[in-house]
Amino acid sequence: MNNIQKAKEIRRDIIESLYSAKSGHPGGSLSCVEILIALYYYVMNINPTNPKDPNRDRFVLSKGHACPALYAILADKGYFDKNELKSLRKFGSILQGHPDCKKTPGVDVNTGSLGQGASIAVGMAMAGKYEKSTYNIYALIGDGECDEGMIWEAAMAASHYKLDNLIFILDHNGLQIDGSNDEVMSIGNITKKFDSFGFECFEVDGHNVEEIVSALKKKTVDKPKFINCKTIKGKGVSFMENNAIWHGKAMNEEQYLDAHKEVM
Amino acid sequence: MSKSLRVAYGEALVKLGDENKKIVVFDADLANATQTSIFKKAHPDRFFDMGIAETNMICAATGFSYAGYIPFCSTFALFGAGRAYEQIRNSVCYANANVKFGFSHSGLSVGEDGGSHQSIEDIALMRVLPNMTVLVPCDPKETEKAVYEASKIVGPVYIRVARPVCEDVTNDDTPFVVGKANVLKEGEDICFISCGLMIPIALKAAAYLNTKGISVKVINMHTIKPIDKDIILESASKCKAIVSIEEHSIIGGLGSAIAEVLAGKSNCKFAMVGINDKFGQSGTPNDLFEHYGLTEKNIVDVAIGLL
Repeated sequence: MNNIQKAKEIRRDIIESLYSAKSGHPGGSLSCVEILIALYYYVMNINPTNPKDPNRDRFVLSKGHACPALYAILADKGYFDKNELKSLRKFGSILQGHPDCKKTPGVDVNTGSLGQGASIAVGMAMAGKYEKSTYNIYALIGDGECDEGMIWEAAMAASHYKLDNLIFILDHNGLQIDGSNDEVMSIGNITKKFDSFGFECFEVDGHNVEEIVSALKKKTVDKPKFINCKTIKGKGVSFMENNAIWHGKAMNEEQYLDAHKEVM
Repeated sequence: MSKSLRVAYGEALVKLGDENKKIVVFDADLANATQTSIFKKAHPDRFFDMGIAETNMICAATGFSYAGYIPFCSTFALFGAGRAYEQIRNSVCYANANVKFGFSHSGLSVGEDGGSHQSIEDIALMRVLPNMTVLVPCDPKETEKAVYEASKIVGPVYIRVARPVCEDVTNDDTPFVVGKANVLKEGEDICFISCGLMIPIALKAAAYLNTKGISVKVINMHTIKPIDKDIILESASKCKAIVSIEEHSIIGGLGSAIAEVLAGKSNCKFAMVGINDKFGQSGTPNDLFEHYGLTEKNIVDVAIGLL
């Protein structure tokens, strides 16, 4: 598979579904595309024809607002028809504004209220350990989301219960709604923080699939894993890149056509 | 034998856990207070202390439930229903996750810990959530039955557990059907609808009124949601008045739930006995019940005022 081509296709699906929705979150969806490609095409043990396979690896999109990226990936993997992507955020759609496990095949957990997905992932990993199962739990968190106290409650518990079947992946694009992390609420040396919470930590280029895959595949023993993926918010659409305004803004027709050209 | 509802809760979990290996218990560093410590002793591998982090406890229990387990979460009612409200809403109820909540130290009967620890709003907070079932047991036997019934329901269930030792009202043979209230005493003039620790007090008030020639029906509304509409409307058609009696704010609790049923369907006179939009304070449960009007005398006065 050509990862660069695949990332472009996924970004095109994201831009098209967001334009169809006339609302939603482009910035953080575009920043996590390579992370999701690494997970869904190279690392996770999943079965789109049996989404609830008990032995599957689980994915939790704790930064739930990035769901257009997840939906594009799930459609591409065959969990549902690609045409559904155009129904994003519309009445009656299986693709809600934030992930809904009751409506979308392949979505394991309801998220959207920040911090909660990370804690749910901790509980899923605890259950896996209790059952001595071999599956892993992957949770994608945002850097703005790290403002939430729950992230640190979850991190403490992950370490306490020695959850080496749990992987927190940070989409570290540096921006949140009101501006940069440093303007809004500094998260400091976030890798060091997770390290001090007892995680095995890795730092990678979050737009390099091979690098992400290599970090995801490293085994840890008795310790949860943290992968800090340095990313660019809005990646792939030049006027959205590194611009906090595009966290949750709808494109007008001209912007859509410009964006579309860049992801063709 | 009389015991506290929290001890009954802990013992019921052990028994249920013996029979059902899918039962797991989560606590937030209050196992000795909520009495989940009894479960911890019996089933240490299925007990998880999450530390003083209630929000994380609720969501972790949710994650655990997705592997097919039935987690019971315990903490004080205020820190569960209050502090972790949005986690209960979004992670549990919105997903209809199979998570149970046995929150103890509810109401004024917490006593000396004071207003910061007295949950007078938990019924309101929990019953407003779609998919949630709300149970308020009145004695140890009913607490045990509530735990068992909760485990049979697929979806979230809130069990309000009080701290004090309390009188036995029910026995092994008393039915406990979720959504179906129990009539403790028949009567025609007035109907008391109560739940939890207020049941014995309501029964005393009814007995006193009987001596004055007023016949009182007493209903134990152990399920606040789904509420037994039929028995409310039937009582409203047969009695001259209804009084709701609860150890909870009169805003949003049992009384409000009854009013929602009566509205537009009945002209029956109706009054609420409960905590009148005030916070609690330190004191013995008796001092507090006296101060906030959760007494036999106040119930009698309200009833006579209505007739």
